[in-house]
This record gives sequence, C-alpha cells and structure tokens, in this order.
Amino acid sequence: MAAHRQLRHWWPRPQFSLFLLVLWLLLMNTLSLAQLVIGAFLGWSIPYLTQPFWPENPRLHQAWRLVPYFAHLLWDILKSNVTVARLILLPPGRLRPAFIRYPVILTDEFALAMLASTISLTPGTVSAGLSPDQKTLLIHALHVVDEEALIRHIHTRYEQPLKEILE
Amino acid sequence: MNIPLWLDALIAALLLIGAIVATLGSVGLARMPDFYMRLHGPTKACTLGVGCTMLGSLLYFSVAGQGISVQEVLITVFLFVTAPVSAHVMARAALHRRVACSANTRHPPWPEMDHPPAPPSLANPGEARQGPSSIPGEGSDTRTRGS
Amino acid sequence: MIAAVLPLALLLFSVSLLLNLYRLLRGPDLTDRILGLDTLSINAIAVIVLAGIYMDTTIIFEAALLIALMGFVGTVAMTKYLVRGDVIE
Repeated sequence: MAAHRQLRHWWPRPQFSLFLLVLWLLLMNTLSLAQLVIGAFLGWSIPYLTQPFWPENPRLHQAWRLVPYFAHLLWDILKSNVTVARLILLPPGRLRPAFIRYPVILTDEFALAMLASTISLTPGTVSAGLSPDQKTLLIHALHVVDEEALIRHIHTRYEQPLKEILE
Repeated sequence: MNIPLWLDALIAALLLIGAIVATLGSVGLARMPDFYMRLHGPTKACTLGVGCTMLGSLLYFSVAGQGISVQEVLITVFLFVTAPVSAHVMARAALHRRVACSANTRHPPWPEMDHPPAPPSLANPGEARQGPSSIPGEGSDTRTRGS
Repeated sequence: MIAAVLPLALLLFSVSLLLNLYRLLRGPDLTDRILGLDTLSINAIAVIVLAGIYMDTTIIFEAALLIALMGFVGTVAMTKYLVRGDVIE
C-alpha cells in the first residue's frame, strides 16, 4: 500500500501521461526514439508539476462503454445535421425557437460537462447555462414543437448512459 | 500518385459534402434573426463540415502523400472538443449581456424583458454570477431587435 | 475527380468566409462579432487544409493547428472579458 502511494506521488496520473505522450507523437507526426523519450518526459513532468492545480479524478467505472456512446453520438450528429440544414434553409419566421429548462440528475461535474457538450454538439440544441445549484440546465432549441419529448429524449439517450458510465 | 477510382470518388465526395455543410452553417450564421439561433449554425454544421474536409484530407495524404499524416486527426478532435465549449461560453456571455431573442421564442429566460420598466430585483443578490436573473443594471446595453 | 472538386470546395468555403465576415462586421451585438470571428477561424482551417491538398504539401497544417488553438483561446478570452470585465482574475 505504501509503495502504491509512493508511486502515486511520483507518477500521479498514468492515463493522463499516456494521453500526453500520444498527443506529443501526433503533434510531431513521427515515431522516432528521440520523440518518444521527449514525449515520455513531458508526459511525466506535466502531470507531476501541475498536480496541485487539478480537481478530483473523474471515476470511470466502465470506460469501454464510452466507445459505443461516442459512436452513438457521432451518428446522432450526422443525422440531425441534415435536419438543421433543412431548418436553416426554411424562412426563419417558420422556426419555433425556445428556451428549455432541463432538470439534471447528474451530480458529478465531469459528467455534467460531458452532458452539456453532448447537448451542444447535437444540432438543434445548445446548452446555455447552468443554474447555481447545478440542478437545471438552460438549453436553447432552434426549432422545437414538443418540449417534453425533447427533455425525455435527452434523458434516455444521453443522460442515463452517462450516469451509468461516470457515476 | 495512383489513387484507385473509388477512393478518389470517396475523397472528392467528402471534400464536397464538407464544403456544402460548412457553407450551410455559415448561411445560418448570416441570416438567422437572433443571436441564439445564429449560434446553432456554426457550432455544429461548420464543425461537421470541417471534420468531413479533414477526413478527406487524411485519406488523400495517406494514399497519395509521403506517408500517413495524422495531424488532421488532432485538428478534428480538437475542433469537436472545443466547439461545444465555445458555444456554451458565448451563449452565457449573451445571456449575461441580455442580448434580446426574437419575439417568437418561448420561455425566454428573463421574464422581465417582456415588461421593460421592471426595476432590478434584489431578491437574491448572492447569486450574481450565473444566468440571466442577476446583476441589476446590466440590462442597459440590451438591443431590442426582435425578428 | 479530386482536382475537379477542389476549386468548387474552395469556392464554397470562400463564400462561407464572406458570410462570416459579414456577421463580424455587421454585429449587431459584440457576442455576434465573437461568434463570427470564431466561425471565421474554423473555416480558415478548412481553407488551409484544402490549400494543402491543392499544393500537395502537409507542411502548412501546423498553421491550421495554430489557428484552431488561437481561435478557441481567443473566443474564450473575449467572452470571459464580456462576462467578467477581465480576462485574468
């Protein structure tokens, strides 16, 4: 246990280090030994030196389930982009925009950020603000007829999976 | 530089679709009546359009170029991660400045907008940070340009 | 086929750049201008990549990456300035 804590102290975020290494290699666009060494050094030193600034680690229960979630999301982005393209070409007077207050059940900040980003990326809706008590998300919708249906859609399709994965 | 025909067609289609989608997003930006509706075009359509262009370029340089080029992946991922964030901060800034929304918007977040001379409410001065129901006196720079 | 499509795609992106410029100059609110500038930078990335295909070089992609970064940071800084009246607190 002590050894584990020792390791945690000197190498606080293994996944983050790996991410930085991959990012560095992508940036350099090469796979030479020199770049690997530099990337590994950056991947270790940046998390170590910035350790005091970081908030709590998000706890990923089933990280692999994020993959189908993202595939899902990509499909939704493609599908609803067609819808928004059609809406843009309509005369703007025919659109029925609305602000919607969405009751959030997520409590984890990272999960909330994911949900807000998801809502912003799926066309037709942009998340515009969070109430101070983190219970209501203000959403602007470009064209919505049935608000209840939209809230239910977001709940079942995005929030429920996120809650299962991240909380 | 020998690209098989189907790949050639695929890359061409990706580039063309990307350009069309991004242009549609920009058309939305130019002709929508209020700020919140304008926000929808660029954040989604332009991101997807540029993403399509990136994918086409990635395929092209992987097949025809000098080895695989991965920087497009980096740019695309970066765009997809930052687009919702910048949309959110812009929407928040607009709400804070009380940029008016067009008249047919349902449930505008500041009911007092409908009755302009309402005095600033000091009911809960503590939560002066988030959202529209805050910061008395900020309404002065509102432009009323409903549809 | 790519050679035929490239000028067309560049033309379309030029049109969107002009539309973004229109929004940037016209306003009416400062947030509209920020939105126009943000979209302008995103479309500029696509133009750079298309130009890269046109000239058959990947060397200018670093510029695209830089514009992506600066566009995002600029947007966040400007909105933050609007909301708080200060960029760094």
